[in-house]
Amino acid sequence: MSEITVGVVVFPGSNCDHDTEHAVASFAGIKPVMLWHNDHDLQGAKAIILPGGFSYGDYLRAGSIARFSPIMKEVIEFAGKGFPVLGICNGFQVLLESGLLEGALSRNRDKKFLCCQTFIRAVNGSTIFTSLYPEDEVLSIPIAHGEGNYFASPEVIDSLEEHEQIVFKYTDAEGRITDEANPNGSVKNIAGIVNRRGNVLGLMPHPERASEKLLGSLDGRGLFESLFLHIAEV
Amino acid sequence: MPYIAKIKVTLRQSILDVQGKAVDHALKNLGYRTVESARIGKYIEVTINEAELAEAERIGNEISRKLLSNPVMENYTLELEEVK
Repeated sequence: MSEITVGVVVFPGSNCDHDTEHAVASFAGIKPVMLWHNDHDLQGAKAIILPGGFSYGDYLRAGSIARFSPIMKEVIEFAGKGFPVLGICNGFQVLLESGLLEGALSRNRDKKFLCCQTFIRAVNGSTIFTSLYPEDEVLSIPIAHGEGNYFASPEVIDSLEEHEQIVFKYTDAEGRITDEANPNGSVKNIAGIVNRRGNVLGLMPHPERASEKLLGSLDGRGLFESLFLHIAEV
Repeated sequence: MPYIAKIKVTLRQSILDVQGKAVDHALKNLGYRTVESARIGKYIEVTINEAELAEAERIGNEISRKLLSNPVMENYTLELEEVK
């Protein structure tokens, strides 16, 4: 069986690119390829991941300058054709800035940069990114961000709910969606959303940092596994 | 003559301005009892080499919407000053 290529975009200031590469490479039959932001070639990738970090130093707004990187033209076209695009943390911010996802991320409610383990649940287990997660399973996946406070107008939130686009929510250890379990003030505890078509996912928690026993959690693997299973089937 | 576009970007009222809150808190701690609130935004100057005011204004608005502000959570104001 030939290997499936998955692209990891490298912006100046990305710092989770190699963690993501490492996590992706741990799956049999999957080969990560690093895509420099100044290139235009997706190198035959079957899925694209925008990793976490501080692209362009978070100047102006997180993700706002990376969104106009040359490779984003191809990434937006790729998403437009229905191929999977995953944005983690800063990658989620880039997806929002680029208009592939709706809403925005502002500063955390308590002003702090948060770097800690959080509990989340895949409240929508029917996406290509979450098919292997039971909806009641509580996942322990870390966050590391200063601007992860998800915001959108009430009309957009209604529409996200109506079309089942809210994919991950912050919960407590028992899986309850409470305000105390909300680390950053996100509307409705939103930790991740998908586009209407279901092929573009953005989330603040870092599944690549929960993909190895040594890191304390394997709960992030289900996301990659769901995605790679989907790609292998297409 | 070129124009300087002076762009102010502020968070919408509905968005929690945590930086502004921290500054507001510090001012009150300093004893300024009449300080009611503080909000923090961004001030950006862009020099645009256009001879016509209308064209400089069009570009100023376009870049403000496209890159300098995020309409989902921010507002902007634009002022143009001719460089003498």
